[in-house]
Amino acid sequence: MTATPVPARAAAPRPRRYVNRDQVLAILVVMPSIVATAIFVYGFIGWTLRVSLSNWTGLMPDYSFAGLRQYLELARDARFAIDVRNTAVFTTIFLTSCLALGLFLAILLDQKLKGENFFRSVFLFPMAISFIVTGVVWRWLMNPATGTRITGINLLFQQLGLGALISRWHLTDPPWGIAFVAVPAVWQMAGFTMALYLGGLRAISEDLREAARVDGASEFQMYRYVIMPLLNPVTLSAVIILGHISLKIFDLIVAISQNNIALDVPGVYMWRATFDANNYGRGAAIGIIMLLTIAVLIVPYLVYSMRSEEQQ
Amino acid sequence: MIRKLSTTIALLIVVALLAACGGAAPAGADQVEVFSWWTGGGEAAGLDAMIKIFAAEYPKTEFINAAVAGGAGTNARAVLASRLQAGDPPDSWQAHAGQEIIGTYVAAGQIEPLNSLFEEEGFGKVMPATLLPLISKGDQIYSVPVNIHRANVMWTNPALLAELGVQVPTTWDEFFTACETVEAAGKICLSMGEQWTAMHLMEVVLLGELGPDAYNALWDGSGDWGSAEVTAALGTYAEVLKHVNSDAAGLTWQDASQLVANGDAAFNIMGDWCDGYFSGTAEGGNLGLVPGEGYGWAPPPGTDGTFQFLSDSFTLAKGAPHAEGALAWLKTAGSKAGQEAFNPVKGSICARTDCDATLFNAYLQTAMADWASDRVVGSLTHGVTANDTWKNEINTALGLFLTDTNRNVEAFQSALVAAAAAYPNK
Repeated sequence: MTATPVPARAAAPRPRRYVNRDQVLAILVVMPSIVATAIFVYGFIGWTLRVSLSNWTGLMPDYSFAGLRQYLELARDARFAIDVRNTAVFTTIFLTSCLALGLFLAILLDQKLKGENFFRSVFLFPMAISFIVTGVVWRWLMNPATGTRITGINLLFQQLGLGALISRWHLTDPPWGIAFVAVPAVWQMAGFTMALYLGGLRAISEDLREAARVDGASEFQMYRYVIMPLLNPVTLSAVIILGHISLKIFDLIVAISQNNIALDVPGVYMWRATFDANNYGRGAAIGIIMLLTIAVLIVPYLVYSMRSEEQQ
Repeated sequence: MIRKLSTTIALLIVVALLAACGGAAPAGADQVEVFSWWTGGGEAAGLDAMIKIFAAEYPKTEFINAAVAGGAGTNARAVLASRLQAGDPPDSWQAHAGQEIIGTYVAAGQIEPLNSLFEEEGFGKVMPATLLPLISKGDQIYSVPVNIHRANVMWTNPALLAELGVQVPTTWDEFFTACETVEAAGKICLSMGEQWTAMHLMEVVLLGELGPDAYNALWDGSGDWGSAEVTAALGTYAEVLKHVNSDAAGLTWQDASQLVANGDAAFNIMGDWCDGYFSGTAEGGNLGLVPGEGYGWAPPPGTDGTFQFLSDSFTLAKGAPHAEGALAWLKTAGSKAGQEAFNPVKGSICARTDCDATLFNAYLQTAMADWASDRVVGSLTHGVTANDTWKNEINTALGLFLTDTNRNVEAFQSALVAAAAAYPNK
């Protein structure tokens, strides 16, 4: 805009007006998305909250006020207890494995090895696939059949003479079945975590490493005391991004679990309660609980990043 | 320049709005909009065959096929729910006959009774008398069944049974004895798949152990879910589950029935859509077996003489935009010509008992004979006996039971009692 010659000349006597026009234009341009967000995000959050406080069961809306009944029922609901436990196990394994594997791969790739671009793409590619596809393929790979029907990874183990590793995978008795569902999720997202860390590593100046080496730090000490602290903001972003994926995971579970309650998570229960059981009140209550859980993770991050922006 | 930009933005918005509205069908003219989840395979082909009959009978009425793909109807039901909540019903839609319609759409006041249509067209006279109460609320009939599937069928591998010298069991005790022989030979006795197939198995065991009267009483509110008979039946079910494949939860129903076809398993209890999978052509992704040779069938233990049915049926929307077209469609859907066009292609039998048997294969002919003579009861898994909310509570209770390594029948039964008390059929 400022490059346009005509307003630049006229601007000289009254510069503020043009700032205002820019602002008006900016607001105009942003307006549609503000309106859309207000309606389709915040409006519907409010509506979901209202439904979660109602008795709505059945096809047609019933907004009669039920207080916290839906929430209290969920607190006693054995299925929801499984959902919470599964989410906890899944999130723990998914987060720690992604962070550890991502950091490890990033440090390896940061060693200025040949063909870095190739490896970076290889590790990032799984991210290009939808969770549904990942889920279906991994359901086949993790087939727990034994004997003559053995297949997938178990067959690979058998052929390699690693029979001890043959497992029932995601059909392992609860609560560990869900831990195996985290395997494809890690496979898919570890490359992304690696890319985040690689970006962080590249931003650390070579001078710092040199200085550490000159001061006599071993390679390990350099990573432990110089690099890792500098990567903290990256770790935080990764935790936020992976954490919210994990807390609202739906598609991967649907594709792998086939409505098996041992592998149920809140996202799946919300869908089933709402559209299969016409239990809209319960579905909405699950949705609100999921929103609050994710808010616990996201809000401190938003506050933190706003503060650091101000400091800058 | 700013003006230009804002004009452009305004124009873009207008264009976007126009594009969004462009999808709506032009009003007026004779039409009927029919909503279903038949978008692929034999179902879509069967629907097309029935639409052809409709077009010949009502050439002036335009047929709008509002089928929604995905999720075995789950997506379509979500779309339908949002349309009904917005007051924009299709003229007629597909739903499973029974409580799935009565507990959901009738309870919400969304569909019209069809008694006069049944009288005019004489549908009641050509359908089994025990069927009508299962698709009615009080005296009001609410849907036209187009096809019938049988839920209580036990599929067998005749070659494997002959090799092992095992007879097809007619009681659960005989079944357990047969399992000993089968399992001693290193085979799976009963193949099962993901969770809904476990529910399917449960309803068949309940029917076989309780008998049709006590089974029906569980659903109409006169029976007691907490009774000792139910405890015993659930105990049998827990016992049956000990003889299923260990990877059941990882398999689809096709995977499970394929185990029987391949000779890995002796038995499989599944609805008679299996017949289409067994006997259909290999090019169509089926197994291409000969009925009676590649696969056999029998009523599961204790259910001989009972036909546990499910049915796709069509409704008349309350306030249907084209009620006349919808009634015309329902006449075709219930007619002999319409059902004879649809069912051989879909791989199911007619809801009418007067269809031409020569159009159907060997299995379906036996099903037709049973449909005309057997006592008819409804399927739980497929929407006939319990409303959706109740059915989902049962599904959750069952899921917890399957998850429980100790198979605590007592806890399972009390969850079923609670579900029946909380969400009974209205």
